Amino acid sequence: MPILLTTPVSEAAVRALKIGDAVEITGTLFTGRDAVHKYLAKGGQLPPGVDLRGGIIYHCGPVVIKDEAGRWKVVAAGPTTSAREEPYQGDILRRFGVRGVIGKGGMGAKTLAACREVGAVYLHAVGGAAQVLAEHVRNVRGVYFLEEFGSPEAIWEFEVERFPAVVTMDAHGHSLHEQVFAASQAALAARL
Amino acid sequence: MIALRDSLMELIRRTSAEIPDDVQAAILAALEHEQQGTIAADALQIIQRNIELAKRKSQPICQDTGSVLFYVDAPVGLDQLAFAEAARQAVREATRRGYLRQNSVDALTGKNDGTNLGPGAPTFHFHQHREPETRVRLILKGGGCENVGAQYSLPDEQLQADRDLAGCRKVILDAVLQAQGKGCGPGILGVCIGGDRATGYEFSKVQFLRRLEDRNPVPALDALEQDILKTANELGIGPMGFGGKTTLLGVKIGTLNRVPASYFVSVSYMCWAYRRQGVELDAEGRITRWLY
Ligand code: SF4
Repeated sequence: MPILLTTPVSEAAVRALKIGDAVEITGTLFTGRDAVHKYLAKGGQLPPGVDLRGGIIYHCGPVVIKDEAGRWKVVAAGPTTSAREEPYQGDILRRFGVRGVIGKGGMGAKTLAACREVGAVYLHAVGGAAQVLAEHVRNVRGVYFLEEFGSPEAIWEFEVERFPAVVTMDAHGHSLHEQVFAASQAALAARL
Repeated sequence: MIALRDSLMELIRRTSAEIPDDVQAAILAALEHEQQGTIAADALQIIQRNIELAKRKSQPICQDTGSVLFYVDAPVGLDQLAFAEAARQAVREATRRGYLRQNSVDALTGKNDGTNLGPGAPTFHFHQHREPETRVRLILKGGGCENVGAQYSLPDEQLQADRDLAGCRKVILDAVLQAQGKGCGPGILGVCIGGDRATGYEFSKVQFLRRLEDRNPVPALDALEQDILKTANELGIGPMGFGGKTTLLGVKIGTLNRVPASYFVSVSYMCWAYRRQGVELDAEGRITRWLY
């Protein structure tokens, strides 16, 4: 059974997670990808109204349209490759009190160390599952930096319900990516 | 001209929103095979739900609608310039309707004009044949999986890979190991042994036009395909690299002559969102048959 997480997430709830845990998130996700990470890491400030304490950042460039009534509607919201944010992620976790990052493909040693230090986790969503993940976004609460960065790179504030992901890097220094790589490398060596 | 453009637009829509039957069958088989209740099985279930949802809503299976690659078998006398122009119009209109994301940017400036048209976008591969029909196959190749492709020059000292089938096996499996789940696995490999650096990669992608369940007519290559599929699925990489039994759904290998001095093995990786379709067209450009 998946573990239910509700934002804002407490440090204790995050420290209780371990790699391989399936989770479902209810509450708020803030999207952020290359432009936002670079901006924040270079000392940029969060826009008023965005509070990342206990929050979760989603590496995602969603497809969002306005319906007839002028409301935002999320059409596709799959994860993007997280490795591109590796130079910035650790600092952002420390500075803003972020408890989780969702993306795909995993991240490296710097982020893993920061997760351990501040009490945060990396959560892997199913890559390519843009339609299913969009269905878990119940509402778009707001959008920031839309003018500056453009739609895919803006910070979108999503209200999500039971958004599915897997803990692949925990707050205890473990990475499922490292473990699977090592195990598969050994399995391959035995078959060459 | 209008009929041709509309047929190609329908080809794009269907390619983007509907997974072909052979790939669907392989994903369902993988779902049976993974142990229920594991994160690997959960991931495959989400993938399966996503496939059904995209088809029902006629929306892109994955938001990265990829590089647009046309493979055209044309009768002698087909006006290729007119065909390409109709295809470009179809891509522009398919983008406007949301079948394709605005997904093509200037290489240097990163500027996106929102049309998916530009140098190399879309890409055409024309081949003449002595039949009256035109057959058009389309692949939408995502970026995440394209990034984990790899090209090896044999001998490879580090991998102890010689210029023989055993050496090919080593480097192809190395590509699987390095890719892990990063190309949105479970994946499908298209491999070319031989050729030069450009034709090798190109022919590795042509392998994706083969049906997943087909068998290679060359016995040595067939054996290599089956061996790599089996071995890769014993490595425990699993869907998304979460661990599990399904790392690859298929392996397709072709060969091109090489110069004696070179021995390239080019590996392309296709994600589970394997978007490939094809149509046969009559002289007016109307669809007479779907190819997958
Ligand atoms: S690799 Fe494939 S499934 Fe994954 S994001 Fe890219 S196109 Fe989508």
